[in-house]
This record gives sequence, C-alpha cells and structure tokens, in this order.
Amino acid sequence: MEQSEVMERVVKILTPWVKDETALGKVSMETNILDDLKVNSARLVDVVIAFEDDFDIEIADEDVDRVNTVGDAVNLISGKL
Amino acid sequence: MGDCLSIDEVMGMVPQQEPFRFIDEILELDADHIVARHTFSKEADFYRGHFPGNPITPGVILIETAAQASVVAFGIYLYSLETSREDVAKLLTIFTDCNIDFSGAVMPGDRVQTTGRLKFFRRKKLRATFDMTLDDGTIVCSGELSGMGVPR
Repeated sequence: MEQSEVMERVVKILTPWVKDETALGKVSMETNILDDLKVNSARLVDVVIAFEDDFDIEIADEDVDRVNTVGDAVNLISGKL
Repeated sequence: MGDCLSIDEVMGMVPQQEPFRFIDEILELDADHIVARHTFSKEADFYRGHFPGNPITPGVILIETAAQASVVAFGIYLYSLETSREDVAKLLTIFTDCNIDFSGAVMPGDRVQTTGRLKFFRRKKLRATFDMTLDDGTIVCSGELSGMGVPR
C-alpha cells in the first residue's frame, strides 16, 4: 500500500476525534495528533483500536508511546502492512 | 500477574464516598463483567430540586451510578489483575466518555442493578457496555461508558 493511501486512511480514521478542523485542513506528516489536531489524549486508545481494525494489524502498547505525529502513525502502520 | 483484589477490597478502594457514593454492593465480579447494586435514599439532597414536589433521580446521577460500577470498581479490579495492590492504589479512575440511552425512571427509594461487561481494557483505559435495571427487571438505561486510570 502506498504511503499516501495509508496517510489518507489515517487522517480519515482520526477525523471523528479531531477538535481543530482548521488543522485538519492542512494536515501533514509533521502534524501532532494531540497538540495540533487537539485529539483528547483519553481517545488515543480508541484511535489505536480503530487503526488496528481498519488496517487489520496489531499495535503493541509500547509502539503507541512512540506515536506523536500523523507521520509516526503512518510509518508505524506502513511497517506492519 | 497482579494481586487480583477481592470484592471487599475493590469496594474499599472505590474512592467515591457519601454523599456521592452510588455503589452499595458488588454481587459478581470477574475479568469479563461486574454486577453491582445501589439503593437511592429518599433523603438524597438532589431530590429537593429535581423536581420540587415530584422527585425523580437525575439522569446524570444514573450515569454516575453506572460509572462507579462499570468503570471505577470494574477498572480497579481489572488493573489488579495486572499489577500490585500498591500500584492500583496510586491510580484514580476518571470518567472519559459515554453513549447512553435512557428508557425508564428511577424514583426515590428504588434499588438499581448495574451490569457492566468488558469491551476493552488497554493502557489503563476501560470501556464497558452496561445496562441498569430496577428490581422488577425494567431497564432504565443502557449503553457504553469509558474511563481511564491516571496518577493520583
């Protein structure tokens, strides 16, 4: 799967939890999920489970700790496909 | 492996106390589910205003009641399966989100039973489906509740 397609799906998955829709309009690999998109940190587990379900992968809790940006998520997921 | 707390120990670690304690007893508790009860005192202060002359238990209190069983007590138990009693005591479970349908009324003096079933418990976040019934089996509310353990 192309990285651009992973990116598109990651952004689509994140969208329901994004509080700053302006930031969503200019999202990039460097966009911080909590600080820029204003996703509530208590929702990160929901996001990770949605990633797992959508991409049919398993993400270890230790890996979740390294995901800060959209790019981190895209790279983590791409490495498991 | 953790210390696997007993029902009495879990009850003792639920931090909410009177006049904001809405869990009286736990009937069943394991890694998949919890069943707990609470009887609403006719003397509860909120009935004076909700509503004057026509007391009815506020929906937000029912949510809190469901959460004290399905998220707080259940979360304490689930975390105790993973870690020590001391580490469990260091966490406070905060309510994070819910999706609830109300279908009945709870009057002063009514006893309710909350059954919570595990949806997931991961990274100290718990989501449970639940239903709350009166003694005659009438469902008064049901849905999903989530909470997360944070350092005290």
